[in-house]
Amino acid sequence: MTRGTLVIANLRRRLRRTILTVFGLATALFLFVTLRTFLHTLQTVGDVGSESRLVVSNKLGIVFPLPLAYRARLSGTDGVAAVSYASWFGGIYQDPSNFFANYAVDAESYLPMYTEMVVSPEHRQAFIADRAGALVGVRLMERFGWQVGQTVTLNGTIYPGEHRFNIRGVYEAGRKGFDQSSLIFHHRYLEELSRGQGGDGLTGWYVLTVSDPNRAPEIARTIDAAYENSSAPTRSQTEKAFNLAFVGMYGNIGFFLNAIGMAVVFSILMVAANTMAMSARERFAEIAVLKTLGFTDGDVLKLVIAEALVITGLGLAVGLGGAMIAFNLIEFDMGGFVPGLSVTPTIALTAAAITLVITVASGAVPAWQSARLRVIDALRYVA
Amino acid sequence: MKIPLIYNIRSVLHRPATSLATAAGVAFVVLTFVGMLALANGFSAALISTGRSDNAFVLRKGADAEISSGIGRDQAAILRTYPEVARSADGSPIATADVYVVVSKPRVNGTETHMPVRGVGPEAFQVRDAVSIVSGRLFEPGRSEVIVGKGIVGRMRDVAIGDRLRFGQQDFTVVGHFEADGSAFESEVWGDAESLMSVFRGPVYQSMALRLNSAADFEAFKARVEGDPRLQMQVKRENEFFAEQSNFLGNVLRFIAFFVTIIMAVGAVFGAINTMDAMVAARGREIALLQTLGFKPRSVLASFLIEAVFLAIIGGVIGCLLALPINGIQTSTTNWQSFGELTFAFRVSPEILLQGLVFAAFMGLVGGFLPARRAAKQVIAVGLRRH
Repeated sequence: MTRGTLVIANLRRRLRRTILTVFGLATALFLFVTLRTFLHTLQTVGDVGSESRLVVSNKLGIVFPLPLAYRARLSGTDGVAAVSYASWFGGIYQDPSNFFANYAVDAESYLPMYTEMVVSPEHRQAFIADRAGALVGVRLMERFGWQVGQTVTLNGTIYPGEHRFNIRGVYEAGRKGFDQSSLIFHHRYLEELSRGQGGDGLTGWYVLTVSDPNRAPEIARTIDAAYENSSAPTRSQTEKAFNLAFVGMYGNIGFFLNAIGMAVVFSILMVAANTMAMSARERFAEIAVLKTLGFTDGDVLKLVIAEALVITGLGLAVGLGGAMIAFNLIEFDMGGFVPGLSVTPTIALTAAAITLVITVASGAVPAWQSARLRVIDALRYVA
Repeated sequence: MKIPLIYNIRSVLHRPATSLATAAGVAFVVLTFVGMLALANGFSAALISTGRSDNAFVLRKGADAEISSGIGRDQAAILRTYPEVARSADGSPIATADVYVVVSKPRVNGTETHMPVRGVGPEAFQVRDAVSIVSGRLFEPGRSEVIVGKGIVGRMRDVAIGDRLRFGQQDFTVVGHFEADGSAFESEVWGDAESLMSVFRGPVYQSMALRLNSAADFEAFKARVEGDPRLQMQVKRENEFFAEQSNFLGNVLRFIAFFVTIIMAVGAVFGAINTMDAMVAARGREIALLQTLGFKPRSVLASFLIEAVFLAIIGGVIGCLLALPINGIQTSTTNWQSFGELTFAFRVSPEILLQGLVFAAFMGLVGGFLPARRAAKQVIAVGLRRH
């Protein structure tokens, strides 16, 4: 009998316990990885934003509009390669719980700027040609089972009434993590349907492409200085910073999630280490036999650790593997709520490190006990 | 015949270490459960406690939040004349037409968020009588002055009395701090509607709150507003409107709470089965003795199940006790529905604690079943041989 088979025999002897311990560890590790991934995605949402694009919004806040008349002057700013603009629409599809982003864009300038939005030439043409046309993210199409050519009605929250849009095309993300759950339509159409409601000649925000990303901060300052004393002062920032500001709005909710993640890890440690230590403690007699047969304390330690390693290793495989399958393979995105969830190597390594600590911790107590064990005492219990 | 309960209680007390290890897993799950629900509950509670049921709240039709609404001066004037609206001693309607905006401002830690700013009419403090000044004084209409809810004092920059808040091209001096029974108003900056209108969106209000003669007049008022072709307005009870504003984030937080706790609970139940199994194995002789004394397997099963539930409830109580200190801790986040920053406190309510205990007992029941069955099915002779 080799040591390997001895370890396996031990694990199989109390199969129920082995399986439960493995899955107990797996659920906890899965949860840990999920929470870390969720938090990491929130923190890195900014990475999806480009550093060569500037977002120019009203200094008072994103809910305040800017005059469309700024367009010409922005285009003329030194270092600005292209200008586009967009407005939040805030339409509701059937029920408020069906929330998704929908906004109006100046398609002719917006699509060339957002190369991350991959659209087939036919779809692009059809969208541009239809004044009431809409371009919809592939995830959103799947979510509601929409078809190209279909007309959807959105209830305006900011722009009163029921508004109809013809789905003319679908876009996909050309980069991982880029949103695929929005509906965009023509800014002209928005201006048409809101005429006379006090929003004429306004837009929500501008997006600028700068010819040299290194000059972005300087260009942003130039623009903001130009409008400093106007009735609508601007705030220009890279798209990355703009996205990060949105994440910042969550406040320290992330901190609480993180704290909970740590509580979870701590309880994994407790439960798993306890179970494994317990299982070794029960085997005084057996260890005594091994020692009688000439096994040294070192050999016993190796056995105990090997057994723990199999359990924690399997737990890691199931927990981490499960999370990786869910996020990296199936791309589970919580119904479009958090796109781009992905288990990073750092998170996977952290999970592995935790597993290692549990292994050592749970092996240490029984190993120490076995070293102290007086064979003669323990042998009395051999059945 | 049943095995006396005292047997289980003594068993648990006799092995404090093992008992505690089993209970600890449950305690952590309950702690997480209570903590996360307290967060969701506190958030919802701030909004649910906002507004009164005898105040009617008017928004433009279709608007789902104040921020997307608009009410003209003429429409506000019409609403004030309705007979259901209560009047003060001098005959003026108790109603306020509000300007509501969210303005990009930094928190004390430098991160940007949206500060809710509400411009109110002179009767606002009669309509919302929960609002009262705690330090400083009220703003004077027509002057560039504001008062700040105590929920954001110390959390946002430039909100101490005497500080200046810049809105657009104009500075507003903070002249007072106010409280409002822990409601969402405490997260807002209040000023004079006319003064704020001019710096923000021009001559349009976002919402209107009107005190009704009685809460029972609400339906009549609502019917009158919705039947008036001059108005394209929707009416809600003020407290119901604010409660609805908590739906989205409240539900997200509750979803996360249940998602996390259920996964954790599965892990904890696995752990509980293991420790209970070991306990049953270690007590082989004891169980055999019980059986020899004539206790039926059913009684043994029941007894161990009770012990598991008892242990789990101890864990639950520990979890609840550990969760108590988080009650009242303040935090803030953006309420995506109103788009403004909302300060709220963790709220550990008796209901949540009770839910936590029920949850713990349930975990004990599920986790205890297999080990209890193992105990009940034990063969006496085998059990007696065990050490």
